[in-house]
Amino acid sequence: MIHVEDIRKSFGETEVLKGVTATFETGKTNLVIGQSGSGKTVFLKCLLGLFTPEEGSISYDGKVYDDLSADDKRNLRQEMGMVFQGSALFDSMTVEGNVKFPLEMFTKQSPSEMQDRVDFVLKRVNLIDAHHKFPSEISGGMQKRVAIARAIVMNPKYLFCDEPNSGLDPKTAILIDNLIKEITEEYDITTVINTHDMNSVMEIGEKILFLKNGLKEWEGTNKEIFKTDNEAVTDFVYSSELFKKVRQMYIEERN
Amino acid sequence: MNYFESIGSYAIMIREVFKKPTKWKIMKTLILKEIDELMFGSLGIIIFISFFIGGVVAIQTALNLTNPLLPGYLIGFATRQSIILEFAPTFCSIIMAGKVGSYITSSIGTMRVTEQIDALEVMGINALNYLVFPKIVALMLYPFIIAIGMYIGVFGGWLATVSGGHGTSADFIEGIQLDFIPFHVTYAFIKTLVFAFILATIPSYHGFYMKGGALEVGKASTTSFVWTSVAIIFLNLILTQLFLG
Repeated sequence: MIHVEDIRKSFGETEVLKGVTATFETGKTNLVIGQSGSGKTVFLKCLLGLFTPEEGSISYDGKVYDDLSADDKRNLRQEMGMVFQGSALFDSMTVEGNVKFPLEMFTKQSPSEMQDRVDFVLKRVNLIDAHHKFPSEISGGMQKRVAIARAIVMNPKYLFCDEPNSGLDPKTAILIDNLIKEITEEYDITTVINTHDMNSVMEIGEKILFLKNGLKEWEGTNKEIFKTDNEAVTDFVYSSELFKKVRQMYIEERN
Repeated sequence: MNYFESIGSYAIMIREVFKKPTKWKIMKTLILKEIDELMFGSLGIIIFISFFIGGVVAIQTALNLTNPLLPGYLIGFATRQSIILEFAPTFCSIIMAGKVGSYITSSIGTMRVTEQIDALEVMGINALNYLVFPKIVALMLYPFIIAIGMYIGVFGGWLATVSGGHGTSADFIEGIQLDFIPFHVTYAFIKTLVFAFILATIPSYHGFYMKGGALEVGKASTTSFVWTSVAIIFLNLILTQLFLG
């Protein structure tokens, strides 16, 4: 479980996060949504320890990040997996090299043990024949799978995903969303996903945090989001014609 | 003020490079890869430049020796001194700032743009140590490349002198042996080591701390070339005054 308590983060004169408090539960897919510029990415980077908030605290299963020693912080980082928006695969390494990289860096496993683990996670993300291909030789959806495989190869306790299905076709996007959800439940991970994709919200939004202008505007589940009267949330959710029609049907049904 | 900030963050970067080392097994592979890319990959251009610069220096010297009272061995002497003291260590380093420096900035800059550096940091890896330290170690072999450059430069001078009819082989060889001060070679290698450190770190700094996209990677490469060259030329003056002044 990750608990965020009143975090604030500024860049120069601009305050991006203005005091956000939230709890992300283990074994659930927690979504952070909001419009571009709402502070989602900065929020996620604070959770990852890439940005240090000026105020507030972040605790991981009760351990407050700021109170940890440098070694403990490093160990905690190794319990985190991250899927970047652009996959961030090491382009000079093959798919296998990318997935093996954390194992080579942080474990004392023998080459055969590492190979077994790599084969296992690549199979888990449904990538079987891409071991020796370079990231530039595979599709965007496959790159995302490799990124997920690399993120879970060390058996992380926390999984963070920044726009995991951006740039993917709707069918592949749903496959990636479902894969993340399955992995979260299977390995009992605390997963936090940044997204502005409403399909993801509908598919896997077990807990949703809506950010607006650096503040928590609303939180709830994917079932509650379509019923809320919060104007900012409804503006965001029903920005497309399709969802406007769904909303209209819902109101008509309710009346 | 920006310059002071940049110098400060460069100093902080250097400190970070030597902190929290990457696992030796991985580092060893990275160092060997960088030696191959940065050093062996530059051998050809260094040999080419040194050979022709050596030849040009010899011809220019010969053409300026219009007084028949001046001895013929001066061509070899002037070629040796120019190549060892300046052309091999400094001129080649400026060329390397373009070749190796731009490569370092663009490769690290691309990793920054595509979030690969963020990925390293999220994993708890000291990205500066992982990316910059192997380059510094690889470039510590730079004096060997420059030693080859010196030899080829003098050889180019000899070939141009003899084949161009500017002097005899015996005169040239007498010239390159005349008043030889071994410390000049030591001085050249000390300079080369300092330049090697500059060649590894300034381009890395510009790549690592760049912001923006693909266009900015190109701009960072240009800026890194300019500042690496400026640093080399400035340090050349300081080191020459310190060791020979």
